[in-house]
Amino acid sequence: MHDNEAATVKHEAHNPALLHHFSDTQQQKNAASLGMWLFLVTEIMFFGGMFCAYLIYRLKYFNAFAAGSQQLSITLGAANTAVLIISSVTVVLAVKAAEAGKRKLLVSYLVVTVLLGMTFLTIKGFEYREKFERHHVPGPTFQFTEPFNDNGTIIPLQPDEVPHAQLFFALYFVMTGMHALHMVIGCGLFSVLIVLAWRGHYSPGYYTPIENAGLYWHLVDIIWIYLFPLLYLISRHS
Amino acid sequence: MSDKTEHTTHSQLFYIAIGVGLLIGTITTVGAAFVNLGPFNPIIALLIASIKAVVVVLFFMHVKGSSEKLTGAVVVSGVFFFAILVSLSLADYLTRSWQ
Repeated sequence: MHDNEAATVKHEAHNPALLHHFSDTQQQKNAASLGMWLFLVTEIMFFGGMFCAYLIYRLKYFNAFAAGSQQLSITLGAANTAVLIISSVTVVLAVKAAEAGKRKLLVSYLVVTVLLGMTFLTIKGFEYREKFERHHVPGPTFQFTEPFNDNGTIIPLQPDEVPHAQLFFALYFVMTGMHALHMVIGCGLFSVLIVLAWRGHYSPGYYTPIENAGLYWHLVDIIWIYLFPLLYLISRHS
Repeated sequence: MSDKTEHTTHSQLFYIAIGVGLLIGTITTVGAAFVNLGPFNPIIALLIASIKAVVVVLFFMHVKGSSEKLTGAVVVSGVFFFAILVSLSLADYLTRSWQ
């Protein structure tokens, strides 16, 4: 009975979010962050395989990759890069708001982040639609007979190079598709966090889910930072 | 038992300035793609992308100033193993001269 009371007092003395196997909240935060980083490294290896495949085929079939790349819209790609960078800023400001315990500010930044994520996906959707309309989707209906670049000039591509252009579009769809899937997951994650943050689940002493979801979002941003020049900007100069 | 957590975040203005810097980096990438630099075009593009990635990792993901020093080792190991993947694969594919 006496022991129980002592335990109760001890339990109330510290932050309720602090788990007993950690000595303080800082250690608990560091452990969660380190675990998240280990997951992010597996994500780097996951996308790394695709980047490696891209690199090998780009070196081998450069002409076809350049012709394929020039079918993509730089305007939409650059706009999406800007949208993602701005969303990364709103995420980091959300983490800052959580650290300061500003609940409404935190929720607002998270809502803006999800909206920016959806803006990215909408723009990506329009790009995909254009690719379907022009039969640039790999498969039996793939056509690459009269490719043209932004200036309207036809790029000379030998008939036997057309399958290599198809390979470029296969990599384009797989890489941007996997990236878009990560965006969808990120938007879902933040949508849950918005509800929890609104209900007051997070305090300056505990906002680890916000921080870790932020780390994930930034990694997805970094992957796009590499995808944009690699896919959209091959041999654009005249 | 201390219940204090360090403050790793910077000011709001700092984050917005970093964001503006990243946007300028994007504009530079697009601009550089239209200048003929020969073999240096993809190198410049990847260099700018890598600078942007490092800025995001250090300041947005708070690796700089983190009290958990292992995080840096994890980040470096991720890049290191990716480098092994790429370099060993290319060492194979780029030396198949008989094909």
